[in-house]
Amino acid sequence: MVGVSPDTIKAEVRKLEEVVPEAVVKELEGSLLHVGRERAVTREQLGEIIESVKRAYVNAMVEPGEAVGTIAAQSIGEPGTQMTLRTFHYAGVAELNVTLGLPRLIEIIDARRVPSAALMTIYLKEKYARSKEKARAFAQKIEMTTIEDVVLQTETDLINIVFVPTLDRSRMQRRELTPSKVASAIKGALKVDALIDGNKLRIKPTTQSLSELRKLAAKVRALPLHGVKGINRVVVKMEGSEYVVYTEGSNFPEILTMPEVDWTRTVTNNIHEIEAVLGVEAARNAIINEAVKTLDEQGLDVDVRHIMMVADMMTTLGTMKQVGRHGISGEKASVLARASFEITTKHLFDACIHGESDRLNGIIENIIAGQPIPLGTGSVELAMRREGEGGRK
Amino acid sequence: MPVEFDVRQHVLVPKHEILSKEKAREILKRYKISPHQLPIIRSSDPVVKAIGAKPDDILRITRNSPTAGRAIMYRYVIEE
Repeated sequence: MVGVSPDTIKAEVRKLEEVVPEAVVKELEGSLLHVGRERAVTREQLGEIIESVKRAYVNAMVEPGEAVGTIAAQSIGEPGTQMTLRTFHYAGVAELNVTLGLPRLIEIIDARRVPSAALMTIYLKEKYARSKEKARAFAQKIEMTTIEDVVLQTETDLINIVFVPTLDRSRMQRRELTPSKVASAIKGALKVDALIDGNKLRIKPTTQSLSELRKLAAKVRALPLHGVKGINRVVVKMEGSEYVVYTEGSNFPEILTMPEVDWTRTVTNNIHEIEAVLGVEAARNAIINEAVKTLDEQGLDVDVRHIMMVADMMTTLGTMKQVGRHGISGEKASVLARASFEITTKHLFDACIHGESDRLNGIIENIIAGQPIPLGTGSVELAMRREGEGGRK
Repeated sequence: MPVEFDVRQHVLVPKHEILSKEKAREILKRYKISPHQLPIIRSSDPVVKAIGAKPDDILRITRNSPTAGRAIMYRYVIEE
């Protein structure tokens, strides 16, 4: 018997798309075409294969009433016990400070405003990514430089009331600065005169008092000369065939607007910044990517589906919510469920004041009340309409 | 932001589309739900602004999923 042609295979497999996701369809199509080239599959066999794939897929689906949240919590929690508790680590050659292991995972799930080690991965436009010099120049441009970074030593002349920083020529050269540029930056920002005296600057406060001088000295030291706010250290690294810029510290909105940057791929590990600039859906992806990265690095194998579920829960309300007292658990509809999590008395008092009622719809409430829980087989109820009461025969 | 910057083209942002009223009704009917039972997206969301969606619209989001290849989900736009 002659088998079916590749075209019929394609057409038949495509019909599966309504039931089975794209990835499965593609895989099936690939392997069927592989064996189907010699027309080895008969029409009957093809139908059977497709039918059994469909059945296998439907059988593998999560059933209604399955406790997916609990399973996700356990699946992430158990490997979590094996993670490092040590927070910091200097990642390989780049010598960048990154948070790893459990502390990082907690940071992601708690949706912390600022990660303890912010990190950006900046991809450059082709023109800049190919040349080491141009990538370096860009890195130099965004690195935040304060006066303190180009100063060798400082003196405070208490007799004449002047602040005298000595500038370091070589450090300035690397950053393409000159004493006059530094002096004019000080004049422009602090409205005080800065006289150039060789390698030294003589800065006088507007009023001749010691306390004023001290304040001025602190301001001068911290004065930014150039760079992007928040970008503290920059490392240029070759990756594949292009140069990629890694930064310690993050300023996503500003970096994305720079003309050298390939803003379609540039990312940060500060998920709140991603949410503000790119929206919730991007934040969801960022949560998944960051969590998977953290777990992978520790050699732990957690199914993405669990992480995806957590990310979905965190973002369903349109903004990022932490998994905890101020987020998912703190916003449950039931008073008893909230009270059983943390700060029990506060929730009970508040509920009393507001006259809240609890419909006992959830799981926790029903465990407290000692009733069967609406989960698995408990999530269905039997209802019966008797004849003569509007029911059908 | 410069003129060329477009949130929709960033790798982290999946495709968002506004559903027509008929399509939206069809979806709600298929899942037997009201719009408020859908996940929410705020009208201040950068992507919502970029595609010009209004509160009460339903967006179809086509995600790249590591498990399903391509996954479709919906979000309801709320006033923010």
